[in-house]
Amino acid sequence: MSEIPGDLKFLKSHEWARVEDDGLVRVGISDHAQSQLGDLVYVELPEVGADIKAGTGAAVVESVKAASDIYSPISGEVVEVNEILSDKPETINEDAYGDGWIFLVRPSDRAELDELLDANEYEELVENEDH
Amino acid sequence: MTDKTVLNATHRALGARMVDFGGWDMPINYGSQIEEHHAVRRDAGMFDVSHMTVIDLHGARTREFLRHLLANSVDKLKVAGKALYSCMLNERGGVIDDLIVYYFDDSHFRLVVNAATRAKDIAWIERQARAFDVEVKERPEFAMIAVQGPNARAKVIGLLHEADRLRIEKLGKFSAAAAQGPRGMPLFVARTGYTGEDGFEIIVPEEHAIALWEALAKAGVVPAGLGARDTLRLEAGMNLYGQDMDEDVLPWEANLAWTVALDEGRDFIGRAALEAQKAAGVPRAMVGLVLDDKGVLRHGQKVLTAQGEGEILSGSFAPTLNKAVAFARIPAGDPGDIRVDIRGREVPVRLVKYPFVRDGKPCEGI
Repeated sequence: MSEIPGDLKFLKSHEWARVEDDGLVRVGISDHAQSQLGDLVYVELPEVGADIKAGTGAAVVESVKAASDIYSPISGEVVEVNEILSDKPETINEDAYGDGWIFLVRPSDRAELDELLDANEYEELVENEDH
Repeated sequence: MTDKTVLNATHRALGARMVDFGGWDMPINYGSQIEEHHAVRRDAGMFDVSHMTVIDLHGARTREFLRHLLANSVDKLKVAGKALYSCMLNERGGVIDDLIVYYFDDSHFRLVVNAATRAKDIAWIERQARAFDVEVKERPEFAMIAVQGPNARAKVIGLLHEADRLRIEKLGKFSAAAAQGPRGMPLFVARTGYTGEDGFEIIVPEEHAIALWEALAKAGVVPAGLGARDTLRLEAGMNLYGQDMDEDVLPWEANLAWTVALDEGRDFIGRAALEAQKAAGVPRAMVGLVLDDKGVLRHGQKVLTAQGEGEILSGSFAPTLNKAVAFARIPAGDPGDIRVDIRGREVPVRLVKYPFVRDGKPCEGI
C-alpha cells in the first residue's frame, strides 16, 4: 500500500480531494479503494459543466468484479474530467493519487472541505476496516 | 464460521484477497485478476478448488442408481476413468446442481459437486440412494487443484513419476486416471476443467496438497483466484450454478439440452417435467450477449427485447475480448434489437452464439 499524501482530504467512502493552487479541487479514489476493487475496466465520467453535490454520486468506476459509485467530496461545477481514464481505466490502479484522478471541481462552498477526514484520520479508518 | 481449505495459509502468504464463497474462505485474486486470467489463456494457472465436494458411491446397483439420479446417461461411461457432465434434477425438472461423474467400475462411481450446494446435494443423493442400496461417502480428506492453460498438461506431467508420464500424456479429454506425483504422492488426474483451456483437475489427499501446489508453482504455474476462474468460464460459455440455473430453471432454459439424454426407457428424476415442457414449448431461452460499447454487463440487469423483458445471468468484463459479455435469459421468439438497462441507460447489445473464447482465441463472430 502506497503512502497517503498528506495534502489530501477524504470521504469515508474512500474518495480523496486535493485543493490545487488555483483553488480548484481535484477528486479521485484512494489507493486502498482501488486495491479493494481490483482491476478497473471502465470509468463513467461526469459531464464537464455538470453541477454536483457533495456526498452524492458523480461518477462510476467498474472493476472486473463490481460497479461502484464515486461520491463527490465537494459541491460545485465540474470543470475538467480525466479523459485518459476512458481508454486506460487501469491508470487508477497504477497511480490512484496522481495520474488516476477522476474530475476537477470549482467548489461552491469551500467550508465543505472542513468536514472531510485528513490523511491521518483516513489511514486510521482503513486500518480499522482491515481488521 | 467459514470453512478453510488446507491451502488457506498458502493463499494468505501469497497476499491473496480472501472472500467468503459458499461458506468457504477463498482467494478471489492474488494480484491482478486480469493478469491471472491471461496466465491461464496463454500459459498455465492453478486454482485451489478444494472447496468442491467429492462423493464416492459404492454398491452393486450404483450404475442403475445413477441412471435414475442424473439427467445425462451414465450408459455413456463404459471405460474406467471416463467422466461425464450432468445435471441432477428435482421432480419439477429444476436443476438441483450440476456435477461431474467419474466411472471406476460398476460398483464404484465418483461425483464432484459444487461447494455452495453441498448439504442439499448430499441430503438429496442419500435419500435417492436408499432404494438402490448405494453407499454415499463424502471424501473431505481430498483437496483439489485445477491446473489450466495451453502449457498446463506439460507442466503437470513433468512432475509425475516417470512410469506414469506417457499414460497421463495420452489421457483423453474428460478422462481420469491415478498417477504418482512428487515424492510418490497419490493423485487422481482428470483432463477436465472450467476455463475453456486444456488442463487437468487433480484430486490429492489433503496432506500432500501444499507440496503439490509448491511443486506446480516451481514449475511456473501461476496461482489464480476465483475471480479469474469466473471470467474464464464465462468466456468459455460455461454455466455457473445459482447464477445461470437453479431449482426453478429447466435445462432447456439454461442451454443445457446437450447434457440431457432422453434415451429410451430410462426413468430419471425430472424426465416427465422436461418432456412436458418440451411438448408445450420452452418459454425462455438462454443467449449470449456482447456489449461493443464501453460499460460492463452485470448479473441482474434488465434485458429489453421485442418479446418482453429478460435478465442478465452471468455478466462481466471479458479480459480476452477487452469488452463485456453475458448470458441472458429472455422470452422465446425473435428478440429483435436487444438493449440492456445499465443504470437507467438503454444500451444496445449484440446477440451471439457462444462460447465467446476457445483455446485462447475469440470465437468467430464475437
